[in-house]
Amino acid sequence: MRRVRTTCLLAALWLGAMVLPGHGARADAFADLASPQLGAVTAAISTLAASPDPQAEAALQALGERSLFAAPDGSVYIRHGESYVEARTGQPPATVPEGLKPIRLNNRIRTALAGVQAGRDLLAPQPATRLRAADALYARHDPAMLPVVEHALAVEKDAAVRTRLTEVRAATILGQPPAPDALASRLEAVRTLGAVGGAQARGILAGVAGSDAEAPALRREAQAAVSRIDWHLRAWGVAQNAFYGLSYGSVLLLAATGLAITFGVMGVINMAHGEMMMIGAYVTWMVQQAIRATVPALEPVAILVAIPVAFVVCGALGIVIERGLIRFLYGRPLETLLATWGLSLILQQAVRSIFGPTNIAVQTPGWLSGSVAVGGMDITLNRLAILVFAGLVLGGLMLVLRRTPLGLQMRAVTQNRRMAALMGIRTPRVDALAFGLGAGLAGLAGVAVSQIDNVSPNLGQSYIIDSFMVVVFGGVGNLWGTLAAALALGMGGKVLEPTIGAVSAKIAILVLVILYIQRHPRGMFPVRGRGVES
Amino acid sequence: MNPFSTRAPRSLRGVIWMAAAVVAAAGGLAAASLLPEGNPLHASVFVVSLAGKYLSYAMLALAVDLVWGFAGILTLGHAAFFALGGYAMGMYLMREIGARGVYGNASLPDFMIFLSWKSLPWYWWGSEHFAWAAVLVVAVPGLLASVFGWLAFRSRVSGVYLSIITQALTYALMLAFFQNGLGFGGNNGLTDFKDILGADLHAPLTRAVLLVATGVLLATSLLAARFVVGSRFGSLLVAVRDAESRTRFLGYRPEQAKLLVWVFSAMIAGLGGALYVTQVGIINPGEFAPANSIESVIWVAVGGRGTLCGAVLGAILVNLGKTLFTAWLPEFWLYGLGLLFICTTLFLPNGLMGLWRHVRKPPPEEVTPEVADTQGDEA
Repeated sequence: MRRVRTTCLLAALWLGAMVLPGHGARADAFADLASPQLGAVTAAISTLAASPDPQAEAALQALGERSLFAAPDGSVYIRHGESYVEARTGQPPATVPEGLKPIRLNNRIRTALAGVQAGRDLLAPQPATRLRAADALYARHDPAMLPVVEHALAVEKDAAVRTRLTEVRAATILGQPPAPDALASRLEAVRTLGAVGGAQARGILAGVAGSDAEAPALRREAQAAVSRIDWHLRAWGVAQNAFYGLSYGSVLLLAATGLAITFGVMGVINMAHGEMMMIGAYVTWMVQQAIRATVPALEPVAILVAIPVAFVVCGALGIVIERGLIRFLYGRPLETLLATWGLSLILQQAVRSIFGPTNIAVQTPGWLSGSVAVGGMDITLNRLAILVFAGLVLGGLMLVLRRTPLGLQMRAVTQNRRMAALMGIRTPRVDALAFGLGAGLAGLAGVAVSQIDNVSPNLGQSYIIDSFMVVVFGGVGNLWGTLAAALALGMGGKVLEPTIGAVSAKIAILVLVILYIQRHPRGMFPVRGRGVES
Repeated sequence: MNPFSTRAPRSLRGVIWMAAAVVAAAGGLAAASLLPEGNPLHASVFVVSLAGKYLSYAMLALAVDLVWGFAGILTLGHAAFFALGGYAMGMYLMREIGARGVYGNASLPDFMIFLSWKSLPWYWWGSEHFAWAAVLVVAVPGLLASVFGWLAFRSRVSGVYLSIITQALTYALMLAFFQNGLGFGGNNGLTDFKDILGADLHAPLTRAVLLVATGVLLATSLLAARFVVGSRFGSLLVAVRDAESRTRFLGYRPEQAKLLVWVFSAMIAGLGGALYVTQVGIINPGEFAPANSIESVIWVAVGGRGTLCGAVLGAILVNLGKTLFTAWLPEFWLYGLGLLFICTTLFLPNGLMGLWRHVRKPPPEEVTPEVADTQGDEA
């Protein structure tokens, strides 16, 4: 049914073309395809595209396939295998002229041909194809395609495609030169495009607003639409930045929670914390390799398997470090700092010796790659996943600290070590477990970071200073403080970034934290009570 | 409770010996470098500049020992003062190049022309005068240290918190100096120096003089530091280190004592940086890297914290070890350095000097009265 009506309409269009002096022009259009002037060629393509003549379609297709040839006299031939037919008639010529040359394609001609294809696809049976074609035409907004768009709009039934086509028509109308009698339709088009928004619409509208040939009312309307779109773009830009900030904040949160726990419970800054993250990332890689070698079917979920493995490996390593090194340095937090720094050098060099100094390729599974568009924002899935993961880790940690005996003991030791020991809490055991928990959390952070950053032996170094900042900014012994500090530092950096640049933003954040510590030497949420240092 | 001696070193003699040894070694090496090439005692240019580098590092270590060993401030950012002193001297050396640079501009250093600067920024004012550079070498680190220290000590930021923000300070400076827009040569820093005070920096005689000057300035700093810690003020510092709250309750102002020694220490570090630049021939933002600061702390720990001589000894020994290690077994240097950190803190809490004292005169079993609050006033 649709096909029949389409043919009728195309026939009507064709009749119109016959009546107007367009027939002659169409005849010339074939010859124009061989013209050395690009403008003439694209005009010819537009003319032929709007023509119902089956030969026109064949000629355009041949042009796209580079099988359209021009004779020196300007006549155009299509090559089929070894033989040639005349493009205009589709008949084999009496004699094939000498000196046939293929008509060259360049980007402009390709784009024009793509537009023609899109125009044809507007009448395709699948709505998805029609929508894609409409998108392509919107991007080109070629004035010559207006009849095709109008026709497609007249027969279109699907609501979504109709909406899109209305927008395409608006863009196409505005692409035409201004004419006094078209003011109403152009005003309508400006309003439509203003409602669509986006950089493309802004470009068209700005062109209208800046053109002297347009009516003042139209220009005013276009200018207003441009300002509206600008405002929207800015607002979405801010939202996008906020998302980046949130995402970076969540990475910082993952990196800093473990550090905050060891610092809170034991008063020890673990300088090897970044290396624990690095090891977590390497564990992720090893788990992926192992799963690929044994059960390739499970490869997409290797990252999920890596989460508990990294936690256990890093946690165990943490307990070993505490038992083998840290416990000999009780009560000497600054010496512990130096010893763990030495440990971090050894771990870095060990990983470098085993896996090489270069980056290793940790896979991002398909379900974590790509992005979704929310309004004018691009939400990358891996960053979104890390945001969720950080939330889950924080929630889990809260449960451990609030609802388990270990958590209770850790909080007791954080508040007053000696009192806790007097109450029968085995503080060495709590220390070892707290250190293991902190290292395990670093391992989890490493799994997350492996999805967004380069994994090399230096990975830990790039996060350690920022994590320190989070810990001292937030204060110890309070996870809410760590959360607030991580988000504040993440967001703060990304908010400053567009105005003063990434490096200056980082410097500004560091200086702000240094100044903040002067006012609040124990961070935002200090531990209060008698057990606390002076 | 504290593993370190609670007394300032009484042995003035040891410090004098150390200062004399430093000057003698520098002088001897300088003289050896002036011997003709074939002489068996001839010291090459490489050895002389290496020795100059070690002695400059020793000044940094001395500065760290002053604040960490005597005031209990574990600084993880002292390389910032060292590098600032270096940059101040580097500015003068850049201007000494004059029109002999690649672009042949008499007033603008090459990198500024490269980045199409039109004139010198204001903070380069006067940098063509050596005297002004010499002032900046101690004034800039001193000024930064006084601002930072005043803010930090006044609000009683201490312990690990202070260590972390000193690290943040040097990290922020490193990022800033990497910026081309700051006017200090960005990534490449300041280099390609030609002259100092009209003397060719590559001539053996200039290098010998610089080495001797470094030795003399190191010895002077050592004696000055000994004077400071041997005075009543030094006793106050040790009191602040071991029990800050109690010192405050006794009516002293710990923050002022800390600030004074902090600024003094930053100036010594700046001087060390200036000497470093003349002999190594380059200063770039890498010198601000937090790892450098932490390394300078381990020099002090190896030599013996709170002994002054130990800092000098530690800096020279560890750097000598680094030079040898990186030449023979480059992959193993980081293992060695890491183990040095761990073993020193675990087994040699008083460093080599402590070991030396122990060998010479094993201390009697010291009876320290247990301090009531083990968590308070940890150095």
